[in-house]
Amino acid sequence: MAKIVVDGNEYEVNPNNNLLQECLSLGLDLPYFCWHPCLGSVGACRQCAVKQYRDENDEKGTIVMACMTPASDGARISIADEQAHDMRERVIESLMISHPHDCPVCEEGGECHLQDMTLMSGHNYRRYDKKKVTHHNQYLGPFISHEMNRCITCYRCVRFYDDYAGGTDLSAQASHHHTYFGRHEEGTLENEFSGNLVEVCPTGVFTDKVFSQAYTRKWDLQTAPSVCTGCSAGCNITPGERYGSLRRVVNRYNSEVNGYFICDRGRFGWEYVNGEDRVQSPVQVLDGDSKEMSDDAISALFSKLAEGGVIGIGSPRSSNESNYALRQLVGEANFYPGIADDEHAINQLILKLHKDKAFHSPSVREIEQADAVFIIGEDITNTAPRIALAVRQSVRNKASELAELNNIPVWQDAAVRELAQQERSPLFILSNAASRLDDVAQQTFIGTCAEQANFAFAVAEALEGGTPAGLTEQQQKLLPEAVEALSNAKRPLIISGSSNGSIEMVQAAANIARALSGDEPSHLALMLPEANTMGLELLVGPEQELGAALKRCASGDVQGMIVLETDLYRRAPTAEVDNALSRAETVVVLDQMRNATTQKATHVFPVTAFSEQESTYVNYESRAQLSFQVHQSVTDARPGWKWLTNGNADINSIIKDCSDEAAGFGSLDGLVPRISQFVAGLKIPRQSHRYSGRTAMIANRNVHEPKQPLDNESVMAFSMEGMPAMKDASILGSTWAPSWNSNQSISKFQEEVNGELKQGHTGTLLLTEKTESGVPFQANQGEDASNSDRLTLSLAFQIFGSEELSARSPAIQKRMTDAYVALAPADAARLEISHGDAVALDGGAVAVACIREKISEGSCVVHCGAQINPHDLAGAVSLTKTSESLSGNGLSCLIVSDLCEESY
Amino acid sequence: MSSQVIASTKSRARFLTEAEVSEIEHEKTLYPDNQAVGLEALKIVQNYQGWVSDESLLAIAEYLDLPVADLEGVATFFNLIYRQPVGKNVILYCDSVSCWICRGDEIKDYLSEKLGIDYGQTTADKEFTLIPVPCLGDCNNAPVMMVGQDLHRNLTKDGIDEIIDQYRNTNA
Repeated sequence: MAKIVVDGNEYEVNPNNNLLQECLSLGLDLPYFCWHPCLGSVGACRQCAVKQYRDENDEKGTIVMACMTPASDGARISIADEQAHDMRERVIESLMISHPHDCPVCEEGGECHLQDMTLMSGHNYRRYDKKKVTHHNQYLGPFISHEMNRCITCYRCVRFYDDYAGGTDLSAQASHHHTYFGRHEEGTLENEFSGNLVEVCPTGVFTDKVFSQAYTRKWDLQTAPSVCTGCSAGCNITPGERYGSLRRVVNRYNSEVNGYFICDRGRFGWEYVNGEDRVQSPVQVLDGDSKEMSDDAISALFSKLAEGGVIGIGSPRSSNESNYALRQLVGEANFYPGIADDEHAINQLILKLHKDKAFHSPSVREIEQADAVFIIGEDITNTAPRIALAVRQSVRNKASELAELNNIPVWQDAAVRELAQQERSPLFILSNAASRLDDVAQQTFIGTCAEQANFAFAVAEALEGGTPAGLTEQQQKLLPEAVEALSNAKRPLIISGSSNGSIEMVQAAANIARALSGDEPSHLALMLPEANTMGLELLVGPEQELGAALKRCASGDVQGMIVLETDLYRRAPTAEVDNALSRAETVVVLDQMRNATTQKATHVFPVTAFSEQESTYVNYESRAQLSFQVHQSVTDARPGWKWLTNGNADINSIIKDCSDEAAGFGSLDGLVPRISQFVAGLKIPRQSHRYSGRTAMIANRNVHEPKQPLDNESVMAFSMEGMPAMKDASILGSTWAPSWNSNQSISKFQEEVNGELKQGHTGTLLLTEKTESGVPFQANQGEDASNSDRLTLSLAFQIFGSEELSARSPAIQKRMTDAYVALAPADAARLEISHGDAVALDGGAVAVACIREKISEGSCVVHCGAQINPHDLAGAVSLTKTSESLSGNGLSCLIVSDLCEESY
Repeated sequence: MSSQVIASTKSRARFLTEAEVSEIEHEKTLYPDNQAVGLEALKIVQNYQGWVSDESLLAIAEYLDLPVADLEGVATFFNLIYRQPVGKNVILYCDSVSCWICRGDEIKDYLSEKLGIDYGQTTADKEFTLIPVPCLGDCNNAPVMMVGQDLHRNLTKDGIDEIIDQYRNTNA
């Protein structure tokens, strides 16, 4: 700790940080633009000028940039000093020379860092009355709007997009007054994290295009702390609602999980909530006719179901509460996961590994700190994008080490990057085709799932001191490099997951991690396919298989089945599902959207979307998190558990029951805040204190003021009144602090910059007890099923399209590819298939052929989306050209680095 | 940094000539990575082509495996990399203070009138492009300008006639 003096007051600060960061950590107001808590300092904008004094006798002082000056012991500075203040005011005046006077029509208005800083620096009169520089704006795709005239050239966009997120298609162009931030030509921003530009840009250059369609000012949005259901990372988000429709999603800070950034699936994949495909009301289907059900009929139906003889299919995208309520209703023996059998087996193995003393499942923040990463098979950019962003940061730890050796503070961003050049911490990627992280990988190995698993087993064997046999020449070259990197690392990390359906990969990953574990457990991050896969797997045993459930139905063993938020046609072979559904007398389906399974149901119940319910989810590391209801559904939807308990439970009681009775969920109840913990029993408002027009919102239909909807279950209220976040921020949706209207106000709620929230919750790890100490798995020599005619098949995933619900959002659909089958040029030539041809897989499912350089000969990688049921595909397929075609975007939205194009 | 640009831009790139490639290859031996070669490659291509077209930019990016956006950043940062076609002779006319004191602006007006172009424009016959330059570092001989690689000092109106005619004749 160091002592510094700011405006005569003494403070204790961390000398490893710069003055700006420490001033903000202390809660002092000091304007800045180019600095960002995650991006470090470059001293570009000159906005954070302060006066620094040599000692207590120095009255003159010198002006320094706080972000470029270390908070070293004994530093004496003044923020209030007149010259410093004047400098900041003049700097912002010059930055604003060409900034338009368009705040009233600018979407950043009201949450604009530039507005905040302008006011804070005292620049309130614009003297410049000459012509302003204007720019052409670019079309940047369906997510982001571009308005370059508002730019103040802080460079944060390219520092995030290029330096932090690894994007290559946004750059700073030209110089001085015509500096331009854009693509080299119009077109979609390719990076998976482009949406963060909206939050990183201190003003309105990059704005949320989806939000624009039904724009609402920040203060008019109803918000609550929520959790993204796009993948198993469990990023924290703040959705905003107005007039009964969801309007946008922004990042919500969680120091352990997503920090300041979320992926574009999370940010733009919510539109289905407002979609017309939502199930509107509970219906019974008789002879093809749907009839709305009365309350009595519903009650009678669920009473009958409760009598027994019914099986229940739980869902990896449902909350713990709904899955638990279903298990209670049908009984443990009749409760099955809505997860394909091969994936279920892997997920159960992953649960077992979580309890193993040898392993620790790292948080996203811990992943960023790894100094050697080995990825086996899991295409994290597409299956858990936020993890890929964290891995991209981990390779920079080498740069931090070099900086430390050279006495350069790590926050000196430009200097550290200049020093490190291409030096990176080692990252090894085993994959079935080129991945989006290859650009920062030390080595990549492309092969089939079996080849990847075999090589990973070999690495584990070599780490244990063995000499693995049967390696190819390339593998022999790679092996020592990987072994050296992993054994020299202080914080090695192994990543794999269950998306490929290859249990050998996860076993091999565990073997490597086990070989690396010593007194301390080694870091093993195993990704799961969906938001609550972990939560569902905790509720079912390994022996409860979906295939068995479908067989029971098909055999007529059960009277009915209840399908909770599962489209069975994505989970099991079509024929098996058809068979089961046609034999079951009663098929009750509870879901948000209409899908192939709801079409076969006898009863369909609408359930609430993530933003319409209070619920808990468990992420890949077993972190349970509470997501609050943001708004009420405009449909008759209720949470799944509400239907399943026949209305005999509230959110608090169901979480309590789940916590008490379900093994592994013991700490779940601790997530739920109690009204008694707030002063005077005040509830937490979902609406800001500036929320406008509340009493006039439905004046076009009825001039009588409606009563505000009550929320009898939650500690949150559909109201502006209640406990202000400045007093109690234990439930923090949208951040705001006096003088800080933008998202940068988050520093007011953190213990210190980048630290934990003062009062917030980072979630609870459910699997903390380590009960098992396992032994290495036997290497299964996987065999590939390919021969000259058939190509070994593995699955590809796309950030836009592979997740079921987000794929039904219009903006996401504009970025989706059709189902495709990727194959090597040699195979394509042999089969006389060209890029873009429609191809039938084994004479059945149709996909677009995509010829890629980095894929093994004799194998193919298939992306299914909603167009192909992956469980209908064999382990190896034959490809034939077909005249059928797909209706979507073709391959125009496919972003991979190794595409072979015929025309080139 | 390896490029992850959609391949579709590849098809619009022109092919670099053998001479361009061999000079770029030489530069590659002088730098540790391709990013550093980017600027040299732009200069080489401009030397042969007169300017850097979109097709040339894409070709260089492709050849050096650099992101097009990064290379565009470099190309547009430097005033003397031309991203638009220029005349056979580029006139860099000093508009800095010393030249101005020595009545450089009057001579510039004369030059503009003679060629029929202002700053940033090219003559209809594609012979000359006129571009301002902040300082040529030869203030004791102000006013000054460069035409192509040649520096012309102590400019006068008569001198301008002579110089322009000389380039017209040489080119003819």
